Amino acid sequence: MTTGFFSSVDDVAERLATTGYLASRAVATTVFLADRLGKPLLVEGPAGVGKTELAKAVTEVTGARLVRLQCYEGVDESRALYEWNHAKQLLRITAGRGESWDETRTDIFSEEFLLARPLLTAIRSEEPTVLLVDETDKADIEVEGLLLEVLSDFQVTVPELGTIAATRRPFVVLTSNASRELSEALRRRCLFLHIGFPEEELERRIVTRKVPGLDAALAASVVRVVGALRAMDLRKAPSVSETIDWARTLLALGADRLDEGVVRDSLGVLLKHQEDIVRAAAKLDLDAV
Amino acid sequence: MSPAEPAGTTAPHGTVERLTGLVAALRDHGFGIGTGETVDAGHALEAVGFTDRERVREALAATLLHGERQRPVFDRVFDLYFPLGGGNDGDDGGRPALDGTAADLAELRERLAAALAADDGAALAQLAAEAVGGFGGYGSGPETDGWSSHQTLSRLRPETLLARVREARRSEEPEFADRLLDEEIRRRIEAFRERVRTEARQRVAERQGRDRVARRAVAGTADGVDFLLAGRAQLDELRRTVRPLARKLATRLAARRRRAARGEIDLRRTLRRSLSTGGVPVRPVLRRRRPGRPELVLLCDVSGSVAGFAQFTMLLVQALHDQFSRVRVFAFVNRVDEVTGLIARGAADPAGLGDRILAEAELTGRHGQSDYGTALGEFADRYAEAVGPRTVLFVLGDARTNRADPNLAALKRVADRARRVHWLNPEQPSLWGTGDSEAPAYAEIVDMRPCRNARQLGALIGRLLPV
Repeated sequence: MTTGFFSSVDDVAERLATTGYLASRAVATTVFLADRLGKPLLVEGPAGVGKTELAKAVTEVTGARLVRLQCYEGVDESRALYEWNHAKQLLRITAGRGESWDETRTDIFSEEFLLARPLLTAIRSEEPTVLLVDETDKADIEVEGLLLEVLSDFQVTVPELGTIAATRRPFVVLTSNASRELSEALRRRCLFLHIGFPEEELERRIVTRKVPGLDAALAASVVRVVGALRAMDLRKAPSVSETIDWARTLLALGADRLDEGVVRDSLGVLLKHQEDIVRAAAKLDLDAV
Repeated sequence: MSPAEPAGTTAPHGTVERLTGLVAALRDHGFGIGTGETVDAGHALEAVGFTDRERVREALAATLLHGERQRPVFDRVFDLYFPLGGGNDGDDGGRPALDGTAADLAELRERLAAALAADDGAALAQLAAEAVGGFGGYGSGPETDGWSSHQTLSRLRPETLLARVREARRSEEPEFADRLLDEEIRRRIEAFRERVRTEARQRVAERQGRDRVARRAVAGTADGVDFLLAGRAQLDELRRTVRPLARKLATRLAARRRRAARGEIDLRRTLRRSLSTGGVPVRPVLRRRRPGRPELVLLCDVSGSVAGFAQFTMLLVQALHDQFSRVRVFAFVNRVDEVTGLIARGAADPAGLGDRILAEAELTGRHGQSDYGTALGEFADRYAEAVGPRTVLFVLGDARTNRADPNLAALKRVADRARRVHWLNPEQPSLWGTGDSEAPAYAEIVDMRPCRNARQLGALIGRLLPV
């Protein structure tokens, strides 16, 4: 069963590009496969390389509806899957005072009193849907168990109602920063995609795309410097989002080329730790910061 | 479509065999790949087609891999099973085959410099093929000949082209980013060397069979490399895994702590309380846990043979330091000195840690060989206050005393004071006790465990660390 959003790998790349998301070959191929094989897509990679952006871009080009489950420590079944609307059930019981218990019971456990949370919403959706499970690694291990049924069979079991199967398979994207190792069981059910730092050429295109006023030669230098910083052994290597921020900063500063002063003054945009800044400055032969 | 023919009819001949061979080779490298995933991989191949090799690579990676750490091994194995250009001999492109003369070498280096300057991927791939074809062959018989990347690279010496490539690039207008040029060229040269290695492996695979080469000639993931055999590059790669590993261990420790906080049944108080209900223990009382985090002391042999292991462990423990109330690190060769401060400061520059420890701490006396007996004695005398009833002590080393007195009494004294002592030995147990190793004697006093690679170390630390 496919989600049927895309017709070929090139189609993925072209259509994502219209939203401003420039996909690498790996990204385009894997998104196409996720669509064609109807499997969830597990995206890993450092912060700021566009994992969540990818889900949003897919939503945009396919005209689908985005259902997002933001994971955090302590997220549970009632936040992720569904919950019974207790207050409304109590009102219903009070309102129907004359009824027999059996009537009331069958009534209060019906669709009307069910509060659908993201996972159930995505499964029940009739229209094309993209389900984004963001920062899966932040959730507790129990939630993974919950995801397994949803992701392998695209169904949810509510004891009082029975099993609800998807009429239309959603396009599922899970993102993770790898702060916790996700279980093998979950990985097995997904296609795996690692988005790393892009290649120089691609990053140059991304920067020119996102910061239109930037001179092409300056963009090339920016990408080269960022590439060199990533090769250093830093605590936090600058990501694509930082490259774009830096390019915007340079544009705002009115710099038309890189020189020592400009780099020294704006290094804080790229690097977030003082020791990294000191280290990079030394390696780039900048004067003392 | 039946799962038995996942590649369909459009696939080139033998694709199913190639795929299953690839999966088998990856499994031999420790990848957990199920049959379901292999079938998925077949479906994926059918979906992307065979027109673009890199797409085939990505499709297989997406379906077969479960983590980014597996990627380098996967790439090398993939290159063997799905070689470029359908597995022909390589030196095509209209040029005559090189026969290894000096003139050919000079000409090849010329073209290589130009390709490196232009960063022309296709030309570099072509050059790698020509180089291995021209300079990598050895032997003449059908059984003894082969292709060697080492021989190719030592004759071609691409690293000496740095200056020439720099000249070729410098002609443009100088700009800020040019100060990065050397690093960039070095990275390109390293990439070219890797291409040569891939090419040589491919040719050997054609000669000896893919399956054999995929198992033998492809190095495993970094965390499986033996500490004692790891080269510099592998140690660098290991060092980059310290932070993610520490984060993982920290979550594991936090989980253990949560579980431990629920406590066990306190029998005495449960019985005491049961008196009020006629001796029936209606409400069990749980033992209350004392708050407070344990102290950790590390005593490491940093002499040549085991230095890589010690440094990796020191960095790992340093990255975990917020899990403990106190972490102290001592290093020795034949004298002991505290290096806690050096390591805390060294977090910014982990690569230089070993040199700094040797330069700044007093670790050697009259000679430069490791001497466990003297070092343990000095530790027990000088730093006795470092070890107390709340301390867990890790001793790191191969227990090779160079025939000196092992001084078991000193270790016994330390072990009596500490809450627990674990000895991590980077040698395999079958070597304990051979030659000058005193491992069995020490193992009688303290708990000694083999710890040969980063994977084992992670597992041991996760299990042994106190909560």
